[in-house]
Order: sequence, then C-alpha cells, then structure tokens
Amino acid sequence: MTRVPDGGVRAAVGAVLAVALTAALAGCSSTGGKRAEDARKAAAAQGRAAVDTPRWTFAMVTHSGDGDTFWDIVQNGAKQAAVKDNINFLYAHSDEAQTQAQLIDSYVAKKVDGLIVSLAKPDAMRTAVEKAVKAGIPVITVNSGAEQSKAFGALTHIGQDETVAGEAVGEELDRRGRKKALCVLHEQGNVGHEQRCAGARKTFDGDLQNLYVDGTNMPDVQASVLAKLQSDPSIDAVVTLGAPFADAAVQAKKTAGSKAEVDTFDLNAKVAGALEAGTLGFAVDQQPYLQGYQAVDLLWLYRYNADVLGGGKPVLTGPQIITKDQAGALKGYTERGTR
Amino acid sequence: MSAAAPPSDGLDHVDERLLRTSPLKKLLARPELGSVVGAVAVFLFFSVVADGFLRPSSLGTVLYAASTIGIMAVPVALLMIGGEFDLSAGVLVTSSALISSMFSYQMTANVWVGVGVSLLVTLAIGAFNGFMLTRTKLPSFIITLGTFLMLTGLNLGFTKLISGTVSTKSIADMEGFPSARALFASTWTVGGVELKVTILWWLVLVAVATWILLRTRFGNWIFAVGGGADAARAVGVPVHRTKIGLYMGVAFCAWVSGQHLLLSFDVVQSGEGVGNELIYIIAAVIGGCLITGGYGSAIGSAVGALIFGMTGKGIVYAEWNPDWFKFFLGAMLLLATLLNAWIRKRVEAAK
Repeated sequence: MTRVPDGGVRAAVGAVLAVALTAALAGCSSTGGKRAEDARKAAAAQGRAAVDTPRWTFAMVTHSGDGDTFWDIVQNGAKQAAVKDNINFLYAHSDEAQTQAQLIDSYVAKKVDGLIVSLAKPDAMRTAVEKAVKAGIPVITVNSGAEQSKAFGALTHIGQDETVAGEAVGEELDRRGRKKALCVLHEQGNVGHEQRCAGARKTFDGDLQNLYVDGTNMPDVQASVLAKLQSDPSIDAVVTLGAPFADAAVQAKKTAGSKAEVDTFDLNAKVAGALEAGTLGFAVDQQPYLQGYQAVDLLWLYRYNADVLGGGKPVLTGPQIITKDQAGALKGYTERGTR
Repeated sequence: MSAAAPPSDGLDHVDERLLRTSPLKKLLARPELGSVVGAVAVFLFFSVVADGFLRPSSLGTVLYAASTIGIMAVPVALLMIGGEFDLSAGVLVTSSALISSMFSYQMTANVWVGVGVSLLVTLAIGAFNGFMLTRTKLPSFIITLGTFLMLTGLNLGFTKLISGTVSTKSIADMEGFPSARALFASTWTVGGVELKVTILWWLVLVAVATWILLRTRFGNWIFAVGGGADAARAVGVPVHRTKIGLYMGVAFCAWVSGQHLLLSFDVVQSGEGVGNELIYIIAAVIGGCLITGGYGSAIGSAVGALIFGMTGKGIVYAEWNPDWFKFFLGAMLLLATLLNAWIRKRVEAAK
C-alpha cells in the first residue's frame, strides 16, 4: 500500500485487473478454437482475376432457405469462379417459389449478362426463365430441374440426378450387405428428397422405409430416429439426406444400442471426420462447390467463346460415394467450406 | 390457486371466498386437469396401438422429446399467465447456442467462458423484450415479432460473418467441453433406461416455477398482472418489473435449451429454431394456460409438452404411414385442447 490518498483505489483497481487477467488466462482453451484453425490454415488460394475480359455481371437465384450449409458451398464455388473470371457476382435466394421467380424477374430487369437458376419448383420458374432467355440473357440451371432445363431454353444443366444418386445409395447398401434401411427425410414434401429415397428403394435388395423428421429441430430429429430404431431393432442402416442430420442419427443409434450403420448425403467437416473415424459408413457427395463454380465458369466460356458443355444433356456433378479411404484427404477442404 | 379462478357470475349472495369447497371440486378446478386427462388418453391410446411404446427405453425417448419442448414451455406458460407472448423464444434458443459456440471458438476461450457470456447476452435480449414492451406499450405480439425477425437475421448474418459458413465450427476438442456437456447434455442410465439430463432440468424448472407461482409474492404478481394490469398496478403490483422478469425467465430457459443444443451436437446450424416458438405456446395452451392471461400452471405446461412428446414419437412407434404424420399430430392436439376446454367449462358450471 502506498501513502498517496488514492492508493486504496489504485490498489483495488490493480487487484481487479490482476483477477481479470488471471481469469482471462485461465479462461483460455489450449486446444481447438480459432487459434488452432489459424495455425493449421493452409495458404488458401487467394483468388485474383485470371482474365482481362470485360467485367460482366452474373446473377444466381436459388431455392435455398436461410442458413443452408449446402447452398453456402454452392455460393462459395460460384464466388471463387467469379473472382477468377473477373465477374461481378450477385446472389439471391428464397425457398418460396413465387419470391424466387420475382428475384429472377428483377435480375432480368437489371439486364445482367448471365443467369444461374435452380429449378426445384420448375413450373413456377418457367415464365421467369423464358423471359430471361427472350431478353437474350444466357441461363444455366443448377442442382435441380434437369428434365425441364432444356425446354425452358437454358444452355445447360449442372447438377446431380437425384434418382441416380438414390440408386447409387441402394447399390452401396447392397454391397455392404444391409437388409433393412431407414431413409430419413428432413423436409416433408421436397420432391428431390422423395426421389432420392425412391431411387435407393429401387436398387436396394432389402427393405427401405421412409422416416419424416422436423429438420429445423435437431433434438427432435434425434428423438425420432431413436424412436424408430427402438421400435424396430432389425434396422441395420440409416440414411440421412443432409450432412447435419447424420450426427443426430449417430447419437440416436448409440443411445438405442443399435448396430445400424449410418450413411448420409452431402459432406461437411463433421461428416468427413466421422467417416475417417468409422462412425459413418459412407457419404454421397454431389459436389455443391462444383455446381456453383462450373455454372459461373460455363457462363463465362459462353460469353467469351460461345462454348457449351454437355451436348444438350445435363452435366452431372454426382453422385460420388465417399468412404473412409477418401475422407482424410477431403477433411481439410470441408473445413474451409469448399467441399 | 383458487384466487386465480374466474369470478362467479354475481348471482351468489354469499361471498364466494367463504363458500366451502370439497377436495374433489378443488381438484377439478385445477387448470392442468383437462390436459392430464388428455395425456392419460394419449398414453393409453399409444400403449394399445403402438407396439413397443411401453418399453422402458421407449419411454426414455418420449421423455427426452418432451423435455426439449418442456424446458421452454415452462417460462412461456408463466409469461402467458402474465398476459404476454414471446414469438422470439424459438430463435432465441439458437441465438444462445450460437453465442456460446462462437465466443468460445473465436476467442479460443474455455467453453465455460462462452457459456457464461451467452447467459449474459441471452438475459439481456430477454430484458430488451420486456423493456421494449413496458416502455412502448405496444402489444407483445409486435415487439417479439420484431425481435424474432431481428434475431433470425442476426443469427445468420453473424454466423456467416464470423465463421465464414452458415454453421459454427466444432468446439468438441476445446477445454471445458466435457464438463459443460456433462451439465447440459449428458445421459444417465437409471435401471437400464437411458435418460437425458434435459429431463432433470425440465423437472427442476417445473418445480421451481410451480413454487414461484403458488408460494411467492412474485407468483401472485404474475397472476395479477395477467388478470388485469391496471387493477394490479392500482394495488401496488410492480407491473413493469414483473413483465421484464418474465421475459428474462424465458431468456434463461432459452439459454439452458441452447446450451443443450450446442453441447449435444457441438456444431450449431444458424437457421434452426424458427417455428419452435409456436410449439412452446401450444404446449402451454394444452396445459391449460388461457391465451388471454391470468390463468394456467407450470405443471400444465409440462403435461402439454408430454402430450407433444408422446404423440410425435408414438406415431413413429405405431409405424403409421408418415404421409399423415402432421395430420395425426394436429388432430391429437385439437382433441386434447377440446377435452381440456370441455372439462373446464363443466367445472365452472358446477360452481
């Protein structure tokens, strides 16, 4: 203690600071977190324009809901291709068909140089897409709508055929000797989801049942899968249709004491890690990054060189079956949000 | 409790408080009675219809599903008794999980630090709701609808801004994770049945809320404020403080629920939680809370959540055609609520 009049106050402030500092130090985690990420962050490709063609504007309108991991990766792919191709890239999305069509209309009114559209609800998009084509804007469809793409006047379609992807799952389940599988749908009424499960049912020799869960409520997803596994112990495979739901299924399986193998559509960092560790059997990847990247790149090629890919047929980006062997190599890419 | 019962029609010449009531009538006057009858009906129904529903492990699952709704239905019921709504409750759970996850990760801090920061921020959001409501005098529907939309946007915007993707990064390898998980997301095995710790949280919250409602002054204030705010203010009830307190109660439970979400899955999807606020409100209504306020109970909200849990999972156990899932759920809820209303009407007529 010093003898200056405010010494007591100073000492108190000092003590508080010391306590705060100790707490802050003690509060640090020596494992994981942002610091670990920074430490291991590889020199990610810092994109720079690779061409000196005019700065065209391309727009992308998808049927993504808010905060969808999958579409985030598509967008990442499109953005990186846009940087490389010296493109001004615009993005909008709505899971309401009507709003999505309006967004397309507004980009057509803005006279963009190219348009990328997903056709999850093709009938509702028809007028908007045809209007764009009539206005001389080249359109490429991505992800869904392979059947309608050509009829609407689009240059080409880039995506995965959901039925083909489902069939690949059925074949893989057979290869793994599974007899009774569960197909977990996290959006009731999604046509693509139904096609995946139907495709799997077609090629799978065993029995495959659908289970509808509420995708916006993760504990409920887990409890529903758990309930199903408890009521039918003979289920030996669970297929989820989105990466975030695989983990919930794995936990449900553990709690139920079930021997079922959990497999999933789509990749993320957790799925890659779980594949590597063997808690997941396989993942079906449709390479969303490629859907965004290729769409922008093909539009650029069309503008620059009038090139078209696919010869009138859809360009398939999947299904790619990923197992333990490839998971390790892909993990780094999933962490930076490009796989 | 009887103090909260609706007043008689004025035909009585004797003061109703002096009337002697039989224990049976007292039981019939309890707000959760209708929902209890409904719950028993739903339970018996699925016991008969659904093979495997009565297995102990299945009941553990049903209780888990009920507890994740029930933890939030408790404060939402109290808020409804206090005469207000909270439409931001569902998204607030996700916000709370996102805050602790991202704070821990970005600061490379011990998970407990993130959990603590999240508690403070979540309570602040609850206080904001209550403060805005009491200051502006706008209906809670408008205020919390605004908060709901803002939080939905903030959840997405901040997560994308900070993490670069729409879900958070895993915090499973960070210090403090195992102990935090033990508190919020562990599993206990009781007599061979796996029970989630959320069930314990739920029971404790129901007990505390019931004690507050029936045995404390604050509980009387809640009923008074919901029954008639002006009359309550006239007799010296701090109406504003009570309402802010109720919103902070919702925030506290959203924090508990959010930590469970984060620590059981260690990654949070930023778009989750939308729509759950209605489920909490429905559970409270089934449990006997009046939409107009002033009447209801915490135990009722628990029974409402239990009905939700049993119906949702019972349909899975019964292996019904899932195309009809939502229909069955809706019909079940409507029936339970109608039964509830019918019993209450009979009780009131018999008085």
